[in-house]
Amino acid sequence: MSKIRWITGGVLLIGVLGGGVLGLANASDRWGEDESEHERSSVRSSAKPLGPVAEAYIEECSACHMAYPAGFLPERSWNRLLSNLDDHFGENAEVEPDTLAQIKGYLSANAGEYTSNRRAQKFLRSIAAADAPLRITELKYFKRKHHEIPDRLVSGNPEVGSFSQCDVCHGEGAQQGYFDDDRVNIPGYGRWDD
Amino acid sequence: MKPTELRVLALVASLVLVSAVKAEMVVDQLLTQYQKAGAISFDATRGEALWMVESDGRSCTSCHGADLTEVGEHQKTKRAIKPMAPSVNSERLSKVSKIEKWFLRNCKWTFDRECTPQEKGDLLVWLRTQ
Repeated sequence: MSKIRWITGGVLLIGVLGGGVLGLANASDRWGEDESEHERSSVRSSAKPLGPVAEAYIEECSACHMAYPAGFLPERSWNRLLSNLDDHFGENAEVEPDTLAQIKGYLSANAGEYTSNRRAQKFLRSIAAADAPLRITELKYFKRKHHEIPDRLVSGNPEVGSFSQCDVCHGEGAQQGYFDDDRVNIPGYGRWDD
Repeated sequence: MKPTELRVLALVASLVLVSAVKAEMVVDQLLTQYQKAGAISFDATRGEALWMVESDGRSCTSCHGADLTEVGEHQKTKRAIKPMAPSVNSERLSKVSKIEKWFLRNCKWTFDRECTPQEKGDLLVWLRTQ
């Protein structure tokens, strides 16, 4: 019995080691391509699976801030924003031209004008046709929805820091566009009922 | 130690080893590239000094924090940044394109210019020991 266990274990060990080596070789072939499976799975944790283009957007943009729902700004805003990534609100956020094209394709195709998302439409209606705003937090609809939240709970709250950190209070679903009031949980404060 | 425990230990050890070897390969590949671009020999002490140096109120530690094994925080957005030390975060230094992308963005943010191949190599040889 014990012999069988050892044989089974040995086979398993060789399998895993072999798999590791194969994975290594495979990884070296893929350098320069998109993100590792590990990171992909972390953005897929809720809601529907995302296509590879959305993944490029998330990979490139969500290291510094949440990958905001594309529908929350109109296409003209995304185009303006992406044409200036070397000075992205004072930060350098340059990406490779191929990646930029992918991100642009994704954001354009899913911008406010092209989504049926209820909130996206409310954002869009709060923007004048001649404007191409860059900050979601400065849109009228955003301000209306947050005007009762005191600054001390957000910018003055070390666990939140800034209104740009949607997911900290709205949860992981924020990146997928879920912002229902009953999901709100402000760190250090708790649920918010308005 | 029971045979089962031994096997689990061997598995874990081999997985850790595989990811460490991969990071070493990635870093070595870049170091060779930097040498072809004119860098001479790399020095971890210089790399550490560059990581710590403050330029116009900014340094690498502004966002990555003073302890590389801890989570950092984006200075402006306050977004959490996973630990930079490969010893606690095996994703670090495991991909050439990612390393180059962040050197480009972050050298410009911190020093207002791109880092030289020499500086990038110095930083890598220091970072990989963390």
